[in-house]
Amino acid sequence: MHRRPPLATVCLYAVLGVGACVMLAPLAWMLLTSLKTYPEILRHPPAWLPADPQWGNYHRVLAGFAYYRFFLNSVFVAVMVIAGTVLTCCPAAYAFAYYDVRHKELIFGALLSTLMLPAQVTVIPLFKAFAAIHWVNTYLPLIVPAWLGGNVFGIFLLRQFFRTIPRSFIEAARLDGASEWAILWRLVVPMSRPAVLTVVVFTFLWSWNDLFNPLVYLQNEELVTLPVGLLYFIARAEQLTGGSIGQVPWHLVMTLATVMVAPVIVLFAVVQRRFVEGVAATGVKG
Amino acid sequence: MNLRRAESRWFWCFAGPALVGFGAFNLWPMLYSLGLSFCRYEVVAPPQFIGWQNYAYLFGHDPSFWPSVRVTLVFTAVQVPLALGAALALALLLHQPVRGRGFWRAVYFLPSILPQAVFAVVFSFIFQADGGLLNQGLALAGIQGAAWTTSPTWALPVLILVSLWGFGYPMVIFLGGLQNVPRELYEAAHMDGAGAWARFRHITLPLISPVIFFNGVMGVIGALKVFDLAYAFSLAQGQMTPGGPARATLFYGLNLYQQAFGYFHMGLASALAWLLFAFILLLTVINFRLSRRWVHYGD
Repeated sequence: MHRRPPLATVCLYAVLGVGACVMLAPLAWMLLTSLKTYPEILRHPPAWLPADPQWGNYHRVLAGFAYYRFFLNSVFVAVMVIAGTVLTCCPAAYAFAYYDVRHKELIFGALLSTLMLPAQVTVIPLFKAFAAIHWVNTYLPLIVPAWLGGNVFGIFLLRQFFRTIPRSFIEAARLDGASEWAILWRLVVPMSRPAVLTVVVFTFLWSWNDLFNPLVYLQNEELVTLPVGLLYFIARAEQLTGGSIGQVPWHLVMTLATVMVAPVIVLFAVVQRRFVEGVAATGVKG
Repeated sequence: MNLRRAESRWFWCFAGPALVGFGAFNLWPMLYSLGLSFCRYEVVAPPQFIGWQNYAYLFGHDPSFWPSVRVTLVFTAVQVPLALGAALALALLLHQPVRGRGFWRAVYFLPSILPQAVFAVVFSFIFQADGGLLNQGLALAGIQGAAWTTSPTWALPVLILVSLWGFGYPMVIFLGGLQNVPRELYEAAHMDGAGAWARFRHITLPLISPVIFFNGVMGVIGALKVFDLAYAFSLAQGQMTPGGPARATLFYGLNLYQQAFGYFHMGLASALAWLLFAFILLLTVINFRLSRRWVHYGD
């Protein structure tokens, strides 16, 4: 194509660089604050770098205040939700990709329309029902929907991918006498590994980041997941740390926030492509 | 015929769990909450039919309904264009031949996948009136910063600003759309003497109109259901009832949560839920009507 004038190139990288710094600044400040002492966060003007990085803050929050438990709660819920999503979304996507049934497109459209339905619209009857069967204050309201194909986006994404597999592969397997179940798990899913991984990654994100559902359904403090735990910590910080009223120990709050963010960043670093392709895929067919 | 029967049996086996989930966790609650919206239901006693009273109360007497509508609409009207504008601008920059494109894309995208609760908390700290990073920086420049998070004037603009850190998501969708625009079109237009603006206006915009439409619809729905960000922000300020100061950040979803799980006005909250649903439905229908005029789906 055409060459860019040098001045434009300088401007381009300047804009990108400044923008990137702005995007990352809050995260950098969170990390730096998490390594400071309390007097350091009160200092005017602020100390940019901690004089002596307080890695002990992490030990204090996780072990001292037993926050490792909220971490494990979050991990447990995420694992169960991911397992249920993969186990039920793959067959559903297979059904919508390969079987011809009357009104299939209509059913699929109804399923997809739930993507536009905010959780707030359905939460009250669900809470009433879950309370009636004594599921409130357990993880079941968070997990069971995932085991019933609750991730409609996942079904959509998998179906798109499954459709690109040539039908002749499946016909051949059928002629060989493979059962539909075997074709799904031994042929289609292994061939669709990128799409399945994308679904796993996004399911993890939704479960890990979700504040609304745990807030509604979990009342016992030992049960809550990290986002709720973070807010509890701020509300109770004075009691926990023995500080005076109104003085939030922000260094420890930021420690906890970092603990929450770290797994997401690590995952992103490892499988960045899955994120980007998953997002782009939603738009292309939109 | 037998094959067809078998196929349909497998269909229901495989799609069954998802369809049961659809019925149990979407369809049934939708209909049930419509019923509840005509009832007084405050958990201790069974629901009691009261006709349109909940709706009448919301429109006529409830002190928090209209403020929550205003907050949500202002947020939507300001945040969505800003976020989409920034997303499109960045996507256009990154679509050019840029060194390290993957790196830049990652940096801009990353914040959009982090928990909103964390962003609310981190920015509460940065925007603190006394000793916050922002005001200390302003003080160095001789400016006295406002009490950003506790001022009814500034709290909502602060939340709008914070939410803009999520623009990487639509940006990646725009990038995907831009990649699908055939290069030859630009080259042909260039030959015909079309300038950069003309090429953008007459080639890029029409060809990415489906992704603009998609991002617009998802952006508006996302803005209408804001919860995590606002709730965490309120709690990080130590507010006793979320949505403060002076209902300045009382988002619709926050108000609904508060009515349902703070005050146990479940019937009233169901009416709120249905109004939100009806509004989203209406908006979607209008959107799709209007989209016929400006969205071009190539085949």
